[in-house]
Amino acid sequence: MSLSRRDFLRFGAGAAGAAVATKGIDLTPVEAAATSIRIKEAKVFPGVCPYCAVGCPQLIYVKDNKIIDIEGDPDAPHTEGALCPKGSSTYQVSMNERRITKCLYRAPGSDRWEEKPLDWMMEQIAQRVRKSRDETFVEKAKVGDKEVTVNRCEGIAWLGSSVLDNEENYLIAKLARGMGLVNVENSARVCHSATVPALGATFGRGAMTTNLIDVLNADVIMPTSNWAECHPVSYKWVMKAKERGAKIIHVDPRFTRTSATADIWVPIRSGTNIVFFGGLIRYAIETRKYFHDYVVAYTNAPLLIDSNFKTPTDLDGLFSGYDAQKRAYDQGTWKFQLDAEGYPRKDPTLRDPNTVWQRLRHHYSRYTPEMVEKVCGIPKDLFLKVADLYCSASGRDKTATASYALQLNQSTNGVQQIRSLCMLQLVLGNVGRPGGGVVALRGHSNVQGATDFGTLYHMLPGYPAMPLQAAHPTFQDYLEKTTPKGGYWVNNPKFVVSLLKAWWGPAATKENDFAYDHMPKREKADAYSHQHFTIGMLKGSVKGFISMGQNPAVDSPNAKMVRTALRNLEWMVVVDLFETDTAAVWKEPGIDPKSSKTEVFFVPGAPAAEKDGSLTNTMRMAQWHVRAVEPPGEARSDAAFIVDLGNRVKAFYKDSKARKDRPVIDLVWDYQPQGPKKEPNMELVLKECNGYATEDIKEKDGPPLYKAGQPLKTFGHLKDDGSTACGNWIYTGIYPEEGKNLALRREKPKEGDYLAHTWGFAWPANRRILYNRASADPSGKPWSEKKKLIWWDAKDKKWVGLDVPDFGPTMAPDAPRAKEGPLKGISGTDAFIMNPHGLGQFFASILDGPFPEHYEPFESPTKNLLSKVDHNPVAKVWDVGDLNRLGGPDKYPYVLTTSRLTEHHAAGMSRHIPWLSELFFGHFAEINPEMARELKIQNGDMITVESARAKIKVRALVTERIKPFIINGKKVYQVGIPWHWGYQGVMKSARGDITNDLVANLGDPTTFIQESKALLCNVRKEVA
Amino acid sequence: MARTLAMFTDVSLCIGCRACQVACKQWNQLAPEEPEWTGTYQNHHHFTDKSYRLVRFFEQSDGQGALTWHMMSDVCKHCAQAGCLEACPTGAIYRTEYGTVNINQDICNGCRYCVSACPFGVVAYNEDTGTATKCTFCNDRIHNGLGPACAKACPTQSIRFGFRDELAAQARKRVDDLKRMGVKEAQLYGEDQSGPVGGLNAFFLLLDKPSLYGLPENPKLPQGNVLVDSLLSIGAALMVGLGAVVAFRDRGGKGSA
Repeated sequence: MSLSRRDFLRFGAGAAGAAVATKGIDLTPVEAAATSIRIKEAKVFPGVCPYCAVGCPQLIYVKDNKIIDIEGDPDAPHTEGALCPKGSSTYQVSMNERRITKCLYRAPGSDRWEEKPLDWMMEQIAQRVRKSRDETFVEKAKVGDKEVTVNRCEGIAWLGSSVLDNEENYLIAKLARGMGLVNVENSARVCHSATVPALGATFGRGAMTTNLIDVLNADVIMPTSNWAECHPVSYKWVMKAKERGAKIIHVDPRFTRTSATADIWVPIRSGTNIVFFGGLIRYAIETRKYFHDYVVAYTNAPLLIDSNFKTPTDLDGLFSGYDAQKRAYDQGTWKFQLDAEGYPRKDPTLRDPNTVWQRLRHHYSRYTPEMVEKVCGIPKDLFLKVADLYCSASGRDKTATASYALQLNQSTNGVQQIRSLCMLQLVLGNVGRPGGGVVALRGHSNVQGATDFGTLYHMLPGYPAMPLQAAHPTFQDYLEKTTPKGGYWVNNPKFVVSLLKAWWGPAATKENDFAYDHMPKREKADAYSHQHFTIGMLKGSVKGFISMGQNPAVDSPNAKMVRTALRNLEWMVVVDLFETDTAAVWKEPGIDPKSSKTEVFFVPGAPAAEKDGSLTNTMRMAQWHVRAVEPPGEARSDAAFIVDLGNRVKAFYKDSKARKDRPVIDLVWDYQPQGPKKEPNMELVLKECNGYATEDIKEKDGPPLYKAGQPLKTFGHLKDDGSTACGNWIYTGIYPEEGKNLALRREKPKEGDYLAHTWGFAWPANRRILYNRASADPSGKPWSEKKKLIWWDAKDKKWVGLDVPDFGPTMAPDAPRAKEGPLKGISGTDAFIMNPHGLGQFFASILDGPFPEHYEPFESPTKNLLSKVDHNPVAKVWDVGDLNRLGGPDKYPYVLTTSRLTEHHAAGMSRHIPWLSELFFGHFAEINPEMARELKIQNGDMITVESARAKIKVRALVTERIKPFIINGKKVYQVGIPWHWGYQGVMKSARGDITNDLVANLGDPTTFIQESKALLCNVRKEVA
Repeated sequence: MARTLAMFTDVSLCIGCRACQVACKQWNQLAPEEPEWTGTYQNHHHFTDKSYRLVRFFEQSDGQGALTWHMMSDVCKHCAQAGCLEACPTGAIYRTEYGTVNINQDICNGCRYCVSACPFGVVAYNEDTGTATKCTFCNDRIHNGLGPACAKACPTQSIRFGFRDELAAQARKRVDDLKRMGVKEAQLYGEDQSGPVGGLNAFFLLLDKPSLYGLPENPKLPQGNVLVDSLLSIGAALMVGLGAVVAFRDRGGKGSA
């Protein structure tokens, strides 16, 4: 019997959807239809959207080696086939007349690009790298009276990228460190760097704790980011939860498209989030709405703090130990009282005045609803309504989730703003449980992965620290000081030794401390970040610069200063798809090209659709994309550039006898480049990241565990004796067998597997919700049937349930604290296994204090109403003279906050995409009608927005959505400006002034992220 | 005729992201256009021959600080009594077996009667091809087992596509649910087949009165006024005829050069 056509109507989940498990499968033919469809005979390839970190899986349809259509993969469990406007326009990333397909060279002072052969370009670039390396290399440094091998090159900066693949970031990290580079960063620094220490210090890992799909299980959802606009496809889970009755509280200075969907919008003045979250923590404690049993069992609330420790409540804005001269804290009193065994003493009743709980309570006693109203501008009644609603989703049967993004990150209190939200979630017992957690919404497609793979100045792949010359002169010093006494990080030596083996192979031996000397040592902690090295370019200490998939001319704080700095370099390499503002910096409008001596090399790169590799989305899930077509012309993958450069630099040094060149010579660098474009084998890179045995490994008295060269199945098998090599221990298991790539896995989840474990690979160990031990009570039973996730199976003596346990799989709930082994220091109820005491940490050592305390942004309309200390006393302020002045409210009376839009992306790939560029008329600033009336500005007028650093011209969009705040009784207007624009773009609407010119060089003390969400500005109408 | 297919756009779920607008352009390979200043996020002002989907933005303030930002993804309604179809003199506009209304580009002569006959301002004239164009519900996709590009892309399933009777039942239930949650103004637009123009095959759940969204409260076909319309048509036909005579005469006079 033939089927009627209507039986084939499978909306959304189309005929093509099923046929996508591996590369290049022909479309399943549907019943012959009267109307033809162009994708019918196309080959379909699995892709991943190149824009944000939701990581929407795509299907790429190819005919005659040309992409003819890109749409969402309907089988994807977290996106269900949806795409946002950016994802929907991915076709134009590849099929675009503006793609650069030839190598371009701009000689110093020249006013034009010249086309050059790829081989010539690569050779020239390699020579520049060698020259600057040799000129600026520091082989040894004096530390006290000792000479330490530091093998460090400070004259070159490499900006890797959070839009490049994991494997590409890994290659950058490896090659850059191999050459001694310390100025190594990616865009995560300027967007989400505060996330890592904030989440890490509280929960143990610097990553989103939960899974997007799980948002559906929340009873209350509190986005403190512009979730609907910036991560639209994941917002489906918020809307589904809302359809099921969940309440949405949106906390944002501006009324955005997220606010439009919310039950309650909470307008908050930028930069005051600690007061809001602190107010909620206080409210939960004082009204006894916290989850008592959870707090006692799973957090460090009961631990006793040294009685000499003082908080800003005691010391009017400072913690004990402040040194005003050094602008730093002596953390001597920030410690626990220890018992005879060296473990913190505790009081499970939480009553002792020295418990973390009582000190926390005392600390936040000042954060009253009245204070919230005065500082944040949130009316007291509204605050109490929100506090009551949010805290209602706590306890055994209810959970709440909260998102954040850059409003919390980009601040001189960035780490602490995020930490205060994390602590609120701990107070309410919302971490590790369904419908709970902290949703850290990452911006770029691979912010998480680029961070994991260590293209950041302060860390190595998998999060071991980048060594410092004074603290870590020897491998023994390094291991002693970076390995804690308890918690899963006790395994740090296995991770580090395996990394050294992956990088320096046979040259890394037990006898030479696994070539630890080869690893560059940082001079100090206060150096090498994005802001540090852009200022270094300005001052001439950084001579060469490689920028891949990032646009610092637009995305840097104080971007105008940065463009001046870029024009002051000796040489610059830009690897990108389009002629970015950075690549064109020498011909910026108003600049005489002759004035810039920077030699510029533009090497065409390839987007995800044109290369193999994996991207890790915001929920730690790596997804592999397959090369659907060859990159056009001379364009090739970024990996090909990195591997080629590495091979050329290695060739220069191969006969060198200098000790400084050993790290380059010894670097293991064989990725089998193939074909005319020398494309490396990316699966080999993935295997190295996963880890493999360097020799046959046998279990004690058991059968052989691994043969030499065999991939490792789990990081539990890593060794510290050199018998394993592993590029990034947290990803071990992604490639558990030769040829088995779990990032490429796209299987529909099995019945009941709502977290979809068969789709992609989530680090660590494919766990989808971190700290899920906390979903069960201390005895191992789910807190409630409604919120169950994993539980202890007493019969089989193991943890079972709906997720991979983030715990010792057979460690019983009543297991005593382990005295040794991989889970040393952890007992059967210690749900936060990465932390030294296995507990969620309210009290944790961060440079600016163990509890988050509010300080005003450096540019603020008010003094600090909580203490006499106005600004973060340990924040970084760079001295760049007139280029980095700060302004006060007398001259700059308006609060300015920068933001993003759905239709554009970050620093501007979207400006080269016609379908996206047509959606907004051009650059604009949102202002309130009252303020507009005062300044005689009409909707659509051109205005000048000026900060103490720069001024920009934009169009005024006058809207009720921007409200004034009443701060300490005084009305304060705010201005909201998106920051996507620059001078390069496909049409007039895509070009505009650069918002980040307005932003100052200020840094959070821990991560040096800038303060771009809370500034002061003045506004005036442009007279035509 | 097969079961009628329809599109249900639930404004209460729309986040105004404009994925639908771009997905439509991508699938139908529609050229980009320079945007206009509209005073809001909306672009463009109206449907065009290159924009078949259009997200409309409206801000509404109650004067006491409470603000609503309405976003609504608008599209061709594929009316049960389609003004465009009835006005088309060449038969280029036809109804498919699924109840959708399409314009056959090979037959359309570009007379533009349909443009003025559409009560919703949907149909647009394409200068390059000399034909009228509009949304087809992605005719090629729906005849090959795929939903329209816009509905597929929609992140929040604000746009749903399927059989009309099933969607209408869903829509009615959704209105009831919303009313129960206190959204008093929730209402359906175009779902009622006994309503104006026999119901719309793209119908909407609105959160306020239709006029707020730029929709006619009571859409009417211009053809409703049959006598005037007929006389105008006859007059127009006469004028066209006269014009043709003049034109051919001119052409004859100048030769074929």
